[in-house]
Amino acid sequence: MAALLQVKGLKAYYGPTQSLYDVNFEIQTGGITTLLGANGAGKTTTLRAICNMVRTDGTVRFDGHDIRGKATEEIVRLRIAHVPEGRGTFTSLTVDENLRIAAYTRKDKAAVKAELERVFGYFPRLKERVQQQAGTLSGGEQQMLAIARALMLKPRLMLLDEPSFGLAPLIVLEIFRILKRINDEEKVSILLVEQNAALALDLASHAYVLETGRVVMSGPSEDVKNDDNIRKSYLGY
Amino acid sequence: MRTLPSRKWVAVLVALAILIPLLHPVMPDLVSNYRLFLVSTMIIASIAVLGLNLLTGFNGQISLGHGAFYAVGAYTAAVLMDKLDCPYYLTLPAAAALSFVVGYLFGLPALKLEGHYLALATFALALAVPQILKYKWLEDLTGGVQGIVLLKPEVPFGLPLTEDQWLYYYCLIVMLILYWAAANMLNSRSGRAMMAIRDYPIAAGAMGINTARYKTVTFGISAAYTGIAGALSASAVAFVAPDSFGFFLSIKFLIGLVVGGVGSLTGSVIGGIFYVLVDNSAQALSTFVKNDLGLQFDLSAYTIFGILLIVLMYLMPTGIAGGLFAVIRRLRRS
Amino acid sequence: MEQFLEQLASGLANGAIYACVALALVMIYVSTDHLNFAQGEMAMFSTYISWQLMQWGLHFWMAFVGAVVISFVMGVVIERVILRPLHNAPILSVVVVFIGLLAICNSMAGAIWSYLIKEYPSPFPKDAFGLAGVIGAHQLGVMLVTLIVLSLLFAFFRFTPLGLAMRAAAQNPQMARLVGVRVDWMLALGWGLAAAIGAVAGIMVAHIVYLDPNMMGGILLYAFAAALLGGIGNPGGAVAGGFIMGVLENMVAYTGNQIEKLTGVYIIGNGEKLTVALIVVIFVLTLKPAGLFGRVVVKRV
Repeated sequence: MAALLQVKGLKAYYGPTQSLYDVNFEIQTGGITTLLGANGAGKTTTLRAICNMVRTDGTVRFDGHDIRGKATEEIVRLRIAHVPEGRGTFTSLTVDENLRIAAYTRKDKAAVKAELERVFGYFPRLKERVQQQAGTLSGGEQQMLAIARALMLKPRLMLLDEPSFGLAPLIVLEIFRILKRINDEEKVSILLVEQNAALALDLASHAYVLETGRVVMSGPSEDVKNDDNIRKSYLGY
Repeated sequence: MRTLPSRKWVAVLVALAILIPLLHPVMPDLVSNYRLFLVSTMIIASIAVLGLNLLTGFNGQISLGHGAFYAVGAYTAAVLMDKLDCPYYLTLPAAAALSFVVGYLFGLPALKLEGHYLALATFALALAVPQILKYKWLEDLTGGVQGIVLLKPEVPFGLPLTEDQWLYYYCLIVMLILYWAAANMLNSRSGRAMMAIRDYPIAAGAMGINTARYKTVTFGISAAYTGIAGALSASAVAFVAPDSFGFFLSIKFLIGLVVGGVGSLTGSVIGGIFYVLVDNSAQALSTFVKNDLGLQFDLSAYTIFGILLIVLMYLMPTGIAGGLFAVIRRLRRS
Repeated sequence: MEQFLEQLASGLANGAIYACVALALVMIYVSTDHLNFAQGEMAMFSTYISWQLMQWGLHFWMAFVGAVVISFVMGVVIERVILRPLHNAPILSVVVVFIGLLAICNSMAGAIWSYLIKEYPSPFPKDAFGLAGVIGAHQLGVMLVTLIVLSLLFAFFRFTPLGLAMRAAAQNPQMARLVGVRVDWMLALGWGLAAAIGAVAGIMVAHIVYLDPNMMGGILLYAFAAALLGGIGNPGGAVAGGFIMGVLENMVAYTGNQIEKLTGVYIIGNGEKLTVALIVVIFVLTLKPAGLFGRVVVKRV
């Protein structure tokens, strides 16, 4: 079966500076894959490159279609949801408006209402705060909002950039549990960029390790977890 | 960036500028009084545009209101000549001083403003100038709506020149002095500081440049230059009235700045020549459009200016001077 | 007292115009971070279009709608064709282009329709309403139309998906793209709406100031002052600022006239209106840049 997302020889540039040199990986439909690496390895850049938020070169294929170079909003309309680092919630809009804006591109308006209920099912806390301004939510709630909003796009692939950043461990666990549910129940494939390698390797079935713009290791999470180098560099034991 | 052609060229051009008008008695139709007057206005325009360029081109502070300083200079000269019988050449230092003060004072609050906001503040200033000039309490001085009628400069020392020839040389001398001074300033440490503030405002401050002082002083100097141009124009046109100093004057300066070349001394000269040329040809153009093209259309210079302002931002943001120097550089390389 | 009320009422009517233009300015500022110096001339041009439509036989309100729609399209086209390519250009370039637009609109209006001042009809029948001679029919009509337009806009932005998308695009364009919003078109729409609002303002004010290519200069200045007063990023503030400036304008002139009547000394009057606006602009920019209702944006180095 062809991979859902195929990235070959991906290069990325911030202006004149090159950030990714030769990134290669694949994501199969239905799985959770994680992208690990130290600060500056290029993890965030990779997610940005998939959505054409930076200048790129190489090949990016989604569901067999070439998407490299397409406008970001068009890529999103192909049902790739990107939850950026820092959450990216519209702070001046309410929770409700944040969710509705994601439904803006959906054609099936009737199903949207049912969707909202489903999403509140995953994040009951958001339902309580539905009319609240997003900027007044706590960090954890904003992360939930960002994921919920991504769900409203009815994505086939969700890109998550450091969802654990700045959050208390309990909240992170709760969010990761919900991510697993979403992956199971909604059949959304997930590409997870994380600094918290231990958590990520528990959640994901597959892992890629980035170092200065290149993939240096890949394999099933179990193998990566048990690799000596990885253990020393990223897991701390 | 090179802002002046090489010394050799400057010398040649200056020599031509000095010698050609002397041919007037020999070629009265080619080197006519009217043409001399026109070139004088071009020289005045070049000085005005240089003023704007010092502030916007070399120091990065956007001004849409330089017409105000031109008006200050013009009225200073007019009032001095009309009320105090001041000789025309003494009006220049006075106009320069007053314009400098006004510019400096405006530069103080302008320190807090950047980009659009400074443009807005100067835009507001330009719009308000005619009204300020018509203010009742200033009427005794300014002559109100009717303005002040003046005399053209007399030819001194009984020199065998016509009034227009003398006017031309008078303006030329002033222009050469001012441009020489500007070139020196820009080549010095102060000039580099000015341009550093334009290009890297935060870094410049961090490097120890007293940004505030440079910016306000530059505002003053820039206003003084344009003010001198205004004072010259009072003598040249022999008339000042509030409505000639409206917003559209500032548009002309902007056109000169942009067409000639932002941040270029040569560009200021080209820009001044350009807007006077188009302004003067507007009538002829309008007639051409009406009679030859048959369109019932009062084509105004400002339509051309407007289109040029927009088109140049895409095609030649460095103006004619920039384009010219680029061509010369390419020719030199090959 | 009656004269005072008259001045107040006329100030509110003028204020309604300023509110509209200020709102247009804020809309463009919020979505593009640019100040549209050409807003006034665009509105004036739209008014001439409506005049022309009436010359061709259209009834006032038909010409009104026609001009507003045409202006909307013009705004979209200007954004897409002229401003889009300057997306990352230095500020000077953008400001220059706006001034260019200003010059073109002004001179084209003069070229096509001449600089002769024209009368412009009022659609509000003099006998139908007006309050006890304090406020005229046209002034009341202007405030009514303005209120309707502002309410429609508010409803649009608050309750429709497209309005929501535009708000999101203005607030955080990058994130808006990540939820599939076509941000570029949102900007164009913003321009279209701003142009349309400008057209409404121009058409409403033409009866008061008479139709001529230079009619909007002072109004634009007052609108800028209003927008700054309300906090340049704040649409509600712009509207409030507009009414404040309208009343202020008249009150200053009225006070000046009264002082002259009482003491014979002329300090300020109708001839200083632009100077008053200039003072407000400088004042707000230097002393209270966030305006009365806005938030101060701290620039991170």
